[in-house]
Order: sequence, then C-alpha cells, then structure tokens
Amino acid sequence: MRKCLWLWGLLFFALGFAWSITAERNPCTERISGSAGDVLEDDPVGRLKVYVYELPSKYNKKILQKDPRCLSHMFAAEIFMHRFLLSSPVQTLNPEGADWFYTPIYATCDLTPTGLPLPFKSPRMVRSAIQLISSSWPYWNRTEGADHFFVVPHDFGAYFHYQEEKAIERGILPILRRATLVQTFGQRNHVCLNEGSITIPPYAPPQKMRARQIPPDTPRSIFVYFRGLFCDVNNDPEGGYYARGARAAVWENFKSNPLFDISTEHPTTYYEDMQRAIFCLCPLGWAPWSPRLVEAIVFGCIPVIIADDTVLPFADAIPWEEIGVFVAEEDVPKLDKILTSIPSHVILRKQRLLANPSMKRAMLFPQPTLPRRCFPSNIEWPCS
Amino acid sequence: MELLNRRRPFFWLVLHGLSCLISLLLGFRFSRLVFLLLSTSSTYTSPFHSPTELAKTLDIRSVIPADPVGNVPLPFPNKTATNSRVVVGRHGIRIRPWPHPNPVEVMKAHRIIERVQTEQRLQFGVKDPRKIIVVTPTYVRTFQSLHLTGVMHSLMLVPYDLVWIVVEAGGVSNETASLIAKSGLRTIHVGFNQRMPNSWDGRHKLETKMRLRGLRIVREKKLDGIVIFADDSNMHSMELFDEIQNVKWFGAVSVGILASSANIDETVVEKRGEEENPRMPVQGPACNVSNMLAGWHTFNTLPFAGKTAVYIDDRATVLPRKLEWSGFILNSSLLWKDGDKPEWMKDIDTLDGDIESPLDLVKDPSVVEPLGSCGRRVLLWWLRVEARADSKFPPRWIIDPPLEITVPSKRTPWPDTPPELPSHEKPVIRIQEPIIKHTTKTRTSRSKRRSKRKHDETRTDRGTTGFDKTLQN
Repeated sequence: MRKCLWLWGLLFFALGFAWSITAERNPCTERISGSAGDVLEDDPVGRLKVYVYELPSKYNKKILQKDPRCLSHMFAAEIFMHRFLLSSPVQTLNPEGADWFYTPIYATCDLTPTGLPLPFKSPRMVRSAIQLISSSWPYWNRTEGADHFFVVPHDFGAYFHYQEEKAIERGILPILRRATLVQTFGQRNHVCLNEGSITIPPYAPPQKMRARQIPPDTPRSIFVYFRGLFCDVNNDPEGGYYARGARAAVWENFKSNPLFDISTEHPTTYYEDMQRAIFCLCPLGWAPWSPRLVEAIVFGCIPVIIADDTVLPFADAIPWEEIGVFVAEEDVPKLDKILTSIPSHVILRKQRLLANPSMKRAMLFPQPTLPRRCFPSNIEWPCS
Repeated sequence: MELLNRRRPFFWLVLHGLSCLISLLLGFRFSRLVFLLLSTSSTYTSPFHSPTELAKTLDIRSVIPADPVGNVPLPFPNKTATNSRVVVGRHGIRIRPWPHPNPVEVMKAHRIIERVQTEQRLQFGVKDPRKIIVVTPTYVRTFQSLHLTGVMHSLMLVPYDLVWIVVEAGGVSNETASLIAKSGLRTIHVGFNQRMPNSWDGRHKLETKMRLRGLRIVREKKLDGIVIFADDSNMHSMELFDEIQNVKWFGAVSVGILASSANIDETVVEKRGEEENPRMPVQGPACNVSNMLAGWHTFNTLPFAGKTAVYIDDRATVLPRKLEWSGFILNSSLLWKDGDKPEWMKDIDTLDGDIESPLDLVKDPSVVEPLGSCGRRVLLWWLRVEARADSKFPPRWIIDPPLEITVPSKRTPWPDTPPELPSHEKPVIRIQEPIIKHTTKTRTSRSKRRSKRKHDETRTDRGTTGFDKTLQN
C-alpha cells in the first residue's frame, strides 16, 4: 500500500514539469488544500526507485519509427512515461534495489490510416514481452508481476478492445491480473478498473497548447463550449448506444440555446475558444475518459463531467468535486438550470483552483527532448 | 436458403413483410432482437437489459413509432447491482418537453458571465487605474451636437473614473450645458471669452488657448490623474483609455488622420494610386528598433498644397496641424505648482497661448513616452467636418411651436440637384436617401407641426420606393 502511494507520487511528479507560462502569469490562484495539495507538491526523488527493463526495440522504438503519429495522439502516455523514466533520477540501474519495475511496450501504436489504434495485436505483444522479461530476469516470477506496472492508455485499459461489451467479455489480460495497471480509463464498479489500478490523464500535446495561448485578459464570453460528435453514425446508427445517449441528449436539448456553443465542427481555433469559455463539457463517448478534461484544465475552463460513476485521474489526490461540475446522465436535460444555479463565488473559486500551476502540471506530460540524466539538485527539471 | 426460396417464395415474402411491419411499429431493428433471442447468451446478460424484457416494456408502453433517435423517452433500464451500476447497452435519449432556452436561465447565465469578466478585468486588467481628466474645447455650431455626442458616448463607456473639462468658446451656453448634462459624468464646464473665428488657422490657435485654460483648471483644482485631450470631432477607441493608464509622465499615441478627401481632384487620386497603396496617414511617435523614441510621424501636406480649406465652411480638405494635441497624454502632477515633477516640464503659467505644438510644453522632446506598442497601434482618429458658418439649426434641436413665417436662409447649403457621388464609395441604396432628405429638409423648416407626421410618412414612403427602385436596378 505504501509502495502504491509512492507510485502515485511518482506518477504525479512525472506528469509535472515545465509549465512555465503559468509561473509568469498573475498567480491569483488557490492552493489545493489537504492531502491533494501535499501530494502535488511532493517530491519522490531519492525515496522511490524504478527499474526500466531493456526490451528489444521491436516493442517500442521500431513501432514508433513505423508510425510517428503515436507521439501526438491521445494515447501517447505510454511513450512519454517511458521517456520520462529514462531521464529521471528515480530510475535505478540496479534491479535488486528497485521498488517498481516498468516494461516499456507501446501497445497502442498500431494505427489505421485515419489514426485510430487497432488493439488486436496488443495482447500478443504484451504476452511475448512478459515472457521475455520473466525468462531473462527473475523479478516477474518472484511476485507474479505484483510490483510491475504497465501503462495501458487504450479505451478500456488492458482489455485491448474499443467496444465496451467485447472488452468486458474478454476481461483483463490474464497475465496482467496481478500487475498494476496505469490507465486512462476509470469507472467505479467496473471490471475494467482493477483494485490497484491508477488512473492517469490522457495525453494532450503541451507544446501545441502552449503555442495557442491567448492573453489572459480576453474576456470569457462563451458560457458552455463543446466540440465533438453527438452520434456515431458508423457504429451506432440508431443512437442510444454511443455515450449511453448522453451526448445526443445534450444536442437535442440545447442545440437552439445560444448559451451553448456546441457543434460537431473541427475549428482551427479550438484551443483559443476554450480559453474564452467558462464551462467546457466533457461527456463520455464510447469510453468515459477523453483528453477534453486535460484541455479544459490547462485552459482554465471549468470541466462539466457527464459520465456516471467515472473515476477521474488521480482521484485520490485531486479534489475533482471542487474543481469541476459533475452532472448525472439523467440530469442532462436540466443542464442549463444546473449550471446557472451555481453561485458565482463558487465559479470564481473553481477558476482560481484551475489557475493553480500545480494543477496544470499534474495533467501534462513532460517533453524531454533527449533522454539524458537530470540531477536532482533543484526542483526545476531541466529535462523538460 | 435458395432452395427454400424456390420452393416457397411466397412464404418468405410474407415473413419479410411482417418483419418490416413489426420493426416499423417497434422502431427497432427487429432482426437484432431475433438474433439476440436465438444466440447463446453472453456472460453479461444481467447488466444488459435482456431482449425479452426490452420487448415487454416496449409493448407495455405502446411505443409511439417516432424517430428512434428522437422523442421516445424509453424507460431507464433497471440498474443491477451485480458489477456496474451503470448499464451497458442501449439507452433512451432524454429530451425535456420544451427543449428551448429558458429566459430566466439565460439571464442568470449572462449575470454569471458579467461577474466572471469583471473578475478577469480585476485580475489581468490595469492595476490601480488612475482617474482620467478629459479636456475638450468646443463651441456652439451646427455640428457641435453631432461631435460632442460622439465624444460623450465614448467617455460614458470608459470603465475608469473620469472628469470632463469642457471649455467653450464664446462663454458658457445652455446648448452645450444641456448636451453634457445628459452624460452623467462629472463635468467642469467653463467659458472662454473669445468667439471662435471662422478660419481654420484661427480656430486651431484658439483651441490651443482653450486647452491651456483647461490645464489651468487642473492646476487650480489639483486634480489627480491622467490628462488627455479629446477634441469634440475626434473618434476614440476604448483601448485608448486602457493604454493611457501606462503613462508615467508625458506620453504620445498615434493618431489616424482622416483628412476629409471629399473634394480631392481626380488627378491627385490617380497620382497617389500610381505611386503606392495610399495608406492612411498617421501622426505620432516613431520608434527605432530598440523601441525607443526616435522621431515623429507627421502629416504630409504636400499633396494638398494649395487645395486646403481656409475657412471653416470651405469645401476643401481640412488639414491637421503638424502634431495634434489629441495624441498627447500628460500626468496631471506635471501641471501642479508644487510637488515633485521632472524638471523638463515647463510651467504652464509662463506660457501664454502661442504654442505651436504640444511638444512646446516640455523642454526636451525626447522625454516623451511612446504608447500603444511604440506608436504601432492607432488608438484614435482625427477628423474635422463642419457645416457652413451661417447654417442654422434649431436650438437644442427641438422644433419649438412653429413659426408661421420663417425666413429662408440666403444661401441654402444644398443645391437642388443631388451632389455627384462616386459610385464605389457608398452603397447604391444610400444614393437615393440623400436626395429625399435634402428635399424634405428644406421643407421641414417651413412645415407646420401638424403636417410633420404626414411628411414623415411621405419621407418613409419615398424611402421605400427609393429602395425598390434600387432593387430593380
């Protein structure tokens, strides 16, 4: 359990650095109080050791070379975690003294021409990798993989299928049953969320977001903002399956409401628009998570989460109730009433919490350009 | 299947038709239902709404066969306690009975938006905004109402504290007083004992004296803030008032010069077109590469040589001075008798009115701070448009009980034929309107009040017919 906590801390820290823009801006922010704030500001260096297995490049580098789009899609968490660990001081080269073991497999990198990952070969890849590590090193068999962690950022985590029913059918890959899974999927009382799993935010490109910042005194004039699909015509032509009908309900109820800036367009000013909005809708899609949450946090837009029983990233540490607004799927028709009945001091407080730089740092992945060693002499990591 | 088809085609046809009918009624792909019934059950039937249950509930509720995506409020499937409270499977799409904006909620949302924006302004806007002291020289004339209303409305929108010093040539008049009283701003209205001359040159000189009078008021009352000169025919942008908060002592902004080019000769236009793209002339500070003041942009008067207006009612181009006063901003403490101010500021009591340009207020013109990203942003526009000196207008623009006989003005400003307007400048519709307005205007001065409404009607009628005519064109 204690080890788990340290792993939390490491992941937090890993997703930390280099958000210098918020440091420059006016710090009218609020420190997240309680254990959440402590974990966000914690520093696991020296107290945690992670050993990274040296797998042949067919599991990671070659896959990435074949398709460099993997670096910027929403499943890129696995790649950046690997890079971070290679260049962080928590990495240890001595497996004997390591607390945790990391296996770098880029399982979500087999992309279709349109960019969606095909998860069908992933189970085989994972199995072969585990076979490799269990035969070459004794640590897997020692604990049946209990102190190993894997990053599985696909739709339903380690189920490696994008359809919920099929995923539930297949279950977690048996070989990963005892390992700790670091995934983006989180839903309470769902088989896809294991007891010890850790939910992390999906990847959102920090450089692109940083480049599209607008001056902070631009007044926020959009009340509710959303861009995305409301129905999936290809896979769910009748509706009702996709997003459990929640997105379609949003559309049907609020398409004529001028306060709700919602549409299926792909505007080039997406990031700029989010910075001009007060609320950003983050409804579920086929899976309950989406990079919209990360984007909303980074741009200071209050996330409105419409996904029943979802588990948000770092839920134990970040007080999501205080930062975002949770709306039950059955309350979607009353969304306008819910949002306008929030008192303005609460809204301002949420915005202050969002402006906290450690919040933004927790949601973003660092971008080490070269995997070089960094020295823990100062808190500012030069490798980002 | 083919064999069967050959044997009993009729049977399959009937079956197909029946299935189509049932799917129409149920609003649901019936085949799917059949397959679900026939196929082996998956391990997760419990969280799924089992197909028979679904069919049952549909039957019980006698579902309206509407658009399946739309208005059918299907009952929410039972939440089972096995694994997940949230059920996988098809759900209904909830739509409230009247899915349109609720005005109460809309108002509440707007109030929230306002509050958020106020907070943003507090956090990211100007910290500790200083009071703005506006000095405006004016005098009573036909176009005063037009110009002063424009300035007044701009000042009413300024989000900072404001004091408006209006200096009026010819003494304080009710006309001006009634105009500025509508603003609701704190105003100081003083009169200046000379009458405004009829020449532009004289007017510029007198305005300078009036501005100095305004500055003396700032000194006497020891007003604290930022002094700007808002001439009553200028156009100010709101960003100007945000930008001037950055001034330390003496600043300058770029002023766009809209020299009225209504009567520029064709030759001049062609010549300009040949040389380069005619850019709007801008007066203001010029900076070098390191954003330090290097010089001044002033207005190029050469193209207008010989064709400029001398008298206020000339129909020629009105030129600005070398450097307009409206482009300069002062810190009011520069004007006080005592207090710490830089030594390069001249005492305004020692000056006596014959100042050529605002830079004469300072001993060393290099101390001027360029504002508006070093003069690159044009924050206000200079324009001089005036009516003829002898043009008359009803006092306070109220048509009093009409006179039986009115004396027509000797020279009507508007000839009976419409002026030649270049077709590219104004939209086609507009060409009709001036004609109408001109003819009715000469009539209103003679009209009786009771027939005013009739004339209004005729005017609008003319307006619409004019519009129709242009549409036909």
